[in-house]
Amino acid sequence: MTTPASKRTTLSRAYRDGLAEEMARDDSIVVLGTDLYERGGHWAQVTNLGPQFGRDRVRNAPISEAAMVAAGVGAAMNGLRPVVDLNFLDFAFGAMDEIVNQAAKVRYWWGRPVPLVVRGTTGFAGGGAQHNNPIESWFGHVPGLLMAYPSTPYDAKGLIKSAMRGEDPVIFAMHKMQTGTRGEAGGPDDLVPFGQAVIRRPGRDVTVVSYGVMAPKALAAADRLAADGIEAEVIDLRTLMPLDLDLVEESVRRTRTLVVAAEDYRHGGVGAEIAAAMQESLFRELDAPVLRIGAPFAPVPHSPVLLEALTPGAEDVERLAREVVKTATGGRPQ
Amino acid sequence: MRAHTVPVEGEDAGIDLSGIDPADARDWLARMLLIREFESTAGPLATSGEIPGGMHAATGQEAVAVGITSVLGPEDVAAASHRSHHVALAKGMAPRSVMAELFGKASGCAGGRGGHMHLADFSVGFDGSNGIVGAGLGIALGAAFAQGYRQDGHCAAGFFGDGGANTGRVWEFVNLAAAWKLPLIVVCENNGYAVETPVGAAMAGESVANRAAGFGLPAVQVDGQDVAAVHRAAADAARRARAGDGPTFIEALTYRHLGHDIGERGQYRTTEEVEWWQTNRDPINRMRVALEKSGDLDEAGFADLAAQATARVKDAVEYAAAAPLPDPATVTDAVTSFALKVRGNQ
Repeated sequence: MTTPASKRTTLSRAYRDGLAEEMARDDSIVVLGTDLYERGGHWAQVTNLGPQFGRDRVRNAPISEAAMVAAGVGAAMNGLRPVVDLNFLDFAFGAMDEIVNQAAKVRYWWGRPVPLVVRGTTGFAGGGAQHNNPIESWFGHVPGLLMAYPSTPYDAKGLIKSAMRGEDPVIFAMHKMQTGTRGEAGGPDDLVPFGQAVIRRPGRDVTVVSYGVMAPKALAAADRLAADGIEAEVIDLRTLMPLDLDLVEESVRRTRTLVVAAEDYRHGGVGAEIAAAMQESLFRELDAPVLRIGAPFAPVPHSPVLLEALTPGAEDVERLAREVVKTATGGRPQ
Repeated sequence: MRAHTVPVEGEDAGIDLSGIDPADARDWLARMLLIREFESTAGPLATSGEIPGGMHAATGQEAVAVGITSVLGPEDVAAASHRSHHVALAKGMAPRSVMAELFGKASGCAGGRGGHMHLADFSVGFDGSNGIVGAGLGIALGAAFAQGYRQDGHCAAGFFGDGGANTGRVWEFVNLAAAWKLPLIVVCENNGYAVETPVGAAMAGESVANRAAGFGLPAVQVDGQDVAAVHRAAADAARRARAGDGPTFIEALTYRHLGHDIGERGQYRTTEEVEWWQTNRDPINRMRVALEKSGDLDEAGFADLAAQATARVKDAVEYAAAAPLPDPATVTDAVTSFALKVRGNQ
């Protein structure tokens, strides 16, 4: 998969490197957002891109999300490839019309490409209810938008490169707690296609579908399960639109059990779609009900003990995986 | 500057044609006639249901669209509001393509997927009408951003109404355009009413243009029923934009003769008020009178322009009525640039 240029880095730096490589290749790419040129963004996601590419291409914008995204949509319809960096994905609320009612529909009406990326950091962390909303399911529910949610440096780089060469508006989510996630990143030609999930760890006993911050949590759970002889197959979706249900289905056909692990609210989240799709396709092949891990239904609280109570963890994945395996095997130990 | 009110009785309704090529003036009149005929024909078809989904007619506001677009070429961009047949046609969209879209036909400009609030033709630089109040200005803002980035000497015009002037996004757009000196012409079509709410009841401050001036860009008020006056304001704005001097704000005081939507029976304004505007400030009549006075158009000449408009709209309706409907099997096509696999679509 990797070329000689691959190296160990962080998710945030890998994103930046991927964007920098594409900007060097294509001068129609511009980045706009608050605090980008000097500060490099609030998550070091564009560190040094300002000095490298200049103020025309890395633009500090006023705190006007609607204006930033509108400028991005109209420019994308007119030959540019803008990246609107919202820093926090929550700030998309100030530009929902521009994202949902404008960017997402232009192709459907007029066949016009809208090569726009709206990037934001998301997911549960300290800072309270307004900076930590899980909103990936909202965007995954809008026809016309693509939705990336990489969990590794390799995918962050490969997916932003694919996004910059595509023709569709992309919501690009990166989890706060994964900003510093370390790993290999690919070289200049290592693109990660949208809509292709990956098996992070093969296993025969139970399929665990995850994305974003839940991917490493699912892998940690799989390690603990393995100590007891339960082999979990961990899938990382990588993009939520397109959603690679074919790989999930192929895996569940083998394991005959499924746990869906998302940090998003369990109620009405993307995990519900996966669970529903699998029972539609595989009802007779399933040896246990599909179980879902997700956050309980409450705003994100400030106090660390409350936040901990809301945040799904590796232990939740482990617990539910044991439960489905127990049901599947009729209570016999593995 | 003034709020939107009925002009004082006896105020001069004449149009100053000095410095204007009579051939241009006749062309503007022809465009206004085409728009008037188009909406006068489409309106009843929307009421009867032949055109599904209703429509918002801009009848009475033709001079704003024609005056602004008179300074724009096909490489320049316009984007407009939910009421924008006039801008679409003035920018050069083919009546057939627009009418077929209203009819929901496959050969409409959006393949029947858009409707009258989602007209666009990128080959003539019309980047779309818009169902969301104020949002068309945002598309024009983005086009101007691209033009400014390329420094290609082109510009963009974004239209919205007095209702849009009370949305937050409009002022975010104006601020960004001014801060980044984008080649944007900001056009507020103040027709006096946001659906049924009069400007005076909804808008604080002296006027929209006055509000805009606070953003540090030139902001002018213009008689939106005088196509030559709109043209002059637009020409100044386009010159500034193309020279890299940034955006201009134009508030055009205008009036819609018909309801917010076709078939509306509103009680929010008097018949006398509507008739006053139709009689004394109709942009087509005023231009016709001015051209007749200057000797650049006679009765036969006007009849000829009107007949051309009638013929083009008749052709558009015949075309649209006969055009094939979209294939229902295509309803999920082209949501994305590639074949998107979503379970349950089949």
